Order: sequence, then C-alpha cells, then structure tokens
Amino acid sequence: MTALLQVEGLGVHYGGIEAVARLDLEVRQGERVTLIGANGAGKSSTLKALAGLVAASAGSIRYDGTDMRALPAWQRVGRGLCLVPEGRGVFSRLTIEENLLMGAYHRGSVPQLSRELDHIYGLLPRLHERRHQAAGTLSGGEQQMLAIGRALMARPRLLMLDEPSMGLAPLMVEKVFEVIRNIVAEGVTLLLVEQNARLALEMCDRAYVMESGRIVLSDSAARCLDNPLVRAAYLG
Amino acid sequence: MDIFLQQLVNGLTLGSIYALVALGYTMVYGIMELINFAHGEVVMVGALVALTVIQALSGQGWPVPLAVLAGVLAAMVVCMVLGLVIERVAYRPLRRAPKLAPLITAIGLSIVLQQLAALIWGRGYLSFPAVLPPVSVAWGGVIITAIQGVIVALAGLIMAGLLVLVQKTALGRAMRATAQNPAVAQLMGVNTDRVIALTFVLGSALAAVAGVMVVAYYNVGNYTMGFMLGLKAFTAAVLGGIGNLPGAMLGGLLLGVVESLGAGYIGDLTGGFFGSNYKDVFAFMVLIGVLVFHPNGLLGSRAQEKV
Ligand SMILES: Nc1ncnc2c1ncn2[C@@H]1O[C@H](COP(=O)(O)OP(=O)(O)OP(=O)(O)O)[C@@H](O)[C@H]1O
Ligand SMILES: [Mg+2]
Repeated sequence: MTALLQVEGLGVHYGGIEAVARLDLEVRQGERVTLIGANGAGKSSTLKALAGLVAASAGSIRYDGTDMRALPAWQRVGRGLCLVPEGRGVFSRLTIEENLLMGAYHRGSVPQLSRELDHIYGLLPRLHERRHQAAGTLSGGEQQMLAIGRALMARPRLLMLDEPSMGLAPLMVEKVFEVIRNIVAEGVTLLLVEQNARLALEMCDRAYVMESGRIVLSDSAARCLDNPLVRAAYLG
Repeated sequence: MDIFLQQLVNGLTLGSIYALVALGYTMVYGIMELINFAHGEVVMVGALVALTVIQALSGQGWPVPLAVLAGVLAAMVVCMVLGLVIERVAYRPLRRAPKLAPLITAIGLSIVLQQLAALIWGRGYLSFPAVLPPVSVAWGGVIITAIQGVIVALAGLIMAGLLVLVQKTALGRAMRATAQNPAVAQLMGVNTDRVIALTFVLGSALAAVAGVMVVAYYNVGNYTMGFMLGLKAFTAAVLGGIGNLPGAMLGGLLLGVVESLGAGYIGDLTGGFFGSNYKDVFAFMVLIGVLVFHPNGLLGSRAQEKV
C-alpha cells in the first residue's frame, strides 16, 4: 500500500540558514507517527513546509497521490492535510464557536455543521459552556483543546500536531493527550511533534528522530523507547 | 438652542460621510496594519465619476433619480476596480517591506491620483445638478433637508450591513481571522490574498458612496477634494480607535458634530475674530488631543496587539 504522505529529500531554508535538509519521511493511512528532536532541530519547519506555511527549498511532498508543493497553504487543508501550529494559533479575539467555525471554513456552508459542533462540544464540554466568549479568555490547556477541536472541524485525514503539550501543567497534558487518543481512535492519521518524547512514543506506532535538520533515526516507537541513545538523549 | 440643534443635524450628516470614509481606513488598517493614505483620493474619484455620469445622463433627459442611481453605481464600480488595482500594484509587493515603504507609496499614489484627476476633469469645480427637490422639514427652528435625511439614512443602512457582514458571516469571520493571524487563517483554508483584496474593494465601495454624498451635499466637486476629506476621516478612524469598525462609525459622527458645533460657535467664542471658515481647525485639535491623551482611541483596545 502506498503511503498517505511521502516526503523525499525535503529542504527548508531561512535565508542562508538551513533548517531542514534531505529529509525523508512517510506516513501511512491510519498510522500514528511522531517526530521528536531537541529544540531547533527543525521539527516545526518540517510541519510548516508540509502545511505550506514555508516554502520547501528542495525535495518532494506527495500527499494522497498529488504533489503538495504546487498548492498554496490554503488549498492543502481542503485535501485533509491539517496542521495545529506550535503555540496553538487560536484567534483570541474571535469567540470559541467562531474559532471552531473557522476550522470548517474551507468546507463552505454545509448543513451538518451544527451537528459536528455538537460532536466537538461533546468531546470538549468546557468549550460548550464558554462558546460565546473570546477564545483569548481560555487557559492554555483549553486553548490547545480548542485548536484541536478546530482542526477536527476541518475533517482532517492527516492531522499534524506541533507540540500540543507545550507550556501545559502535567494534569492538562494528560487531558490533552486523552483527547488526542480519542481522535486517533476515530481513524484519523496522526503526525505528532512533541518535546515530551516519552508521551509521544507511548502513543505512536513509529518514530523519527531529528537532529540539526536531519533524520538520524527511524524505527518503531516501541524499539525507540528501548533504544539506549534515544533514552539518553530524550527520555532522561 | 436652535443653533445647537441645527448644528447637531448638520454635524450628523457630515459625520455620516466621515464615518463611511473612516471605515475604509480602519478596515485596511485592521487587516494589514497599513494606513492607506490614498483612500481620500478614492473618494474624490468616486465623486467625480458620479458627477460626470449624472451630468451626462440628466443632460440626455434621464429622470433625475435614475441618473443619480446610475452615477452611484458607476462610481462604485470604478472605485472598486481602483481599490483592487491599488492593493495589487502599490501594496501587495510591499507586504514584507518595512512599514515606511507602503506609507511613502501611499503618499506618492495620492499625488498620482490627484494629478490624473486633474488631467481628466480639469482643475476647476464641477457642479452637481439639483437632484433632490430642495424640500426640508422644519421642526421647531431646526431644518432638516431631504438630502440630509437621505445621507444619514443611507449611511446608517450601509454601516449596519457592514457590521452584519463582518460579525455574522463566514466571510466576515475570515476577515477577522486574517486580521489577527494570516498564517493560521491560511491553515483554515482562507485565501488571505483574496480576503485582503476584498477588504480594499469593500472600503472603496464605501468611499464611492461617500464621495457621491459629499458632492450631493455641497453641490460641487474638485480634484483636490479628497485630501482634506481623507485627512478628516483618518482623524475620525484614529478617534474611534483605528482597526475598530464601530470606533470608525462613532469617531466619524463625533468628528462631524464637533466640527459643526465648532463652526457654529467659533465666531461667538472668539468675539468674531475667527469665522466658521476655521472649522477645520477643530478636526485637527481633536486628532492631536486623541494622540496625546488617548492614543488607542475611544473604542480601540490597549495596544492593538497582533496575536
Ligand atoms: N522564521 C525563521 N527565520 C529564521 N530562522 C528560523 C525561523 N524559524 C526557525 N528558524 C531556525 O530554524 C531552525 C529550526 O527551527 P524549528 O522551529 O523548525 O525547530 P524545532 O525543532 O521546531 O524547535 P522547537 O523544539 O524549539 O520548537 C532553528 O535553528 C531556528 O532558529
Ligand atoms: Mg518547534
């Protein structure tokens, strides 16, 4: 079976700085894949290139059989390639419900939207209570939930999450990951970037380890958890 | 008391026009933190296009209301295209440039548009045919002319429509999302280039209507008319809190009222030393006052942060 996402030789440059170099990566339908690495390794740059927020300077991005590099960012989400960016990116001056509706923006006005909103509110009841408040009034963890809920409204086939645990208290991290597990159980394919490598490896099938813009290791998540190098560098 | 009420009516009329123009400044600022100083010239172009069309058509014997309607529509179409071209040619290439670059471009663009208008329409004054019968209602000692009534009512309708568009529709949400974080808006599937262009088009349509209102109210138009009007509307936008739509509406109305009351009373206040031709002073006193004491404007949030 061919992969849902097939990345070959990806490069990302910022001016003269090479953030990602010759990166190969694939994600198959229904898989949960994590990309881990230290600060500045190039994880976010990789996801941004996949989503189209930064231009790839080299390589190819095949998603669902088409070359994504030809598409601007705003057209990629229409194919189900969906990124929850680092730092969540909720629209703090829009209400919670407006944020969720923005998630479905690319789908136009479809009749089942209110049913889907109810589904999201079912998963995330805190959002329902406060749906008419500005999203900026939510706590960090709640904003992360909102960002994930908003991504679900986009009907993702491949959901890319960039550090969903960033800046959250341990209890909140647990809750956020619970929500992610529920989503994955519904059949969404996942590409997860996470600082908390143990959490990421425990919930994923396969892992890529990134250092200075390159993939240095690719293996099953279970074997990575046992890998002495990974343990020393990322599992403390 | 009658003078006060009369100047209030005059001020609200003038203020409605300022508000429509101020909305153009504030929408563009809200979405890309750019002060489109050429916006006043768009108003001028709208006014002169409408004048030309109305003069020509009523000269051919068209009934006046139809000629006016055609003039307004023509002005809107021309201004919307102009807004689109301005965004594409003057501002889009500069999106990543330092803030000063688009500002200088805007000033250059104003000069170009004024000179083009001077070439097309000449440097004289064009007069507006009497379109509305000079009817008025007298109410106590206050006289409200038909044209005043039409201007205030139409401006009110347009502003209500704009608020509904921005607050209640998917397009309005996309505009607000783009204003706040264009990169994330793109992740939601918003074609942000198109939303920005649309914002210019919308602001230019309002400018066209405002331009027609000005010439209908004062009965003349001229290629320099956009400058002062634009400056005052910009003042109104800053007064209300630039980037804030209700702020632009409030700022416009307030500025119109302040200016009219000022014009009505300046003679008395200064013992006849200054006449009402000094009314423009008030707008700029307001601008300076706001900048000094309340730089975020009446409804502007503290430090319009871009999250
Ligand atoms: N907009 C930018 N301009 C210039 N350099 C950048 C930019 N964004 C990232 N970089 C650089 O690219 C490299 C990779 O950054 P990136 O954000 O992709 O890393 P990361 O793995 O996501 O790190 P973190 O764990 O801190 O989020 C870093 O050296 C960073 O300084
Ligand atoms: Mg990162």
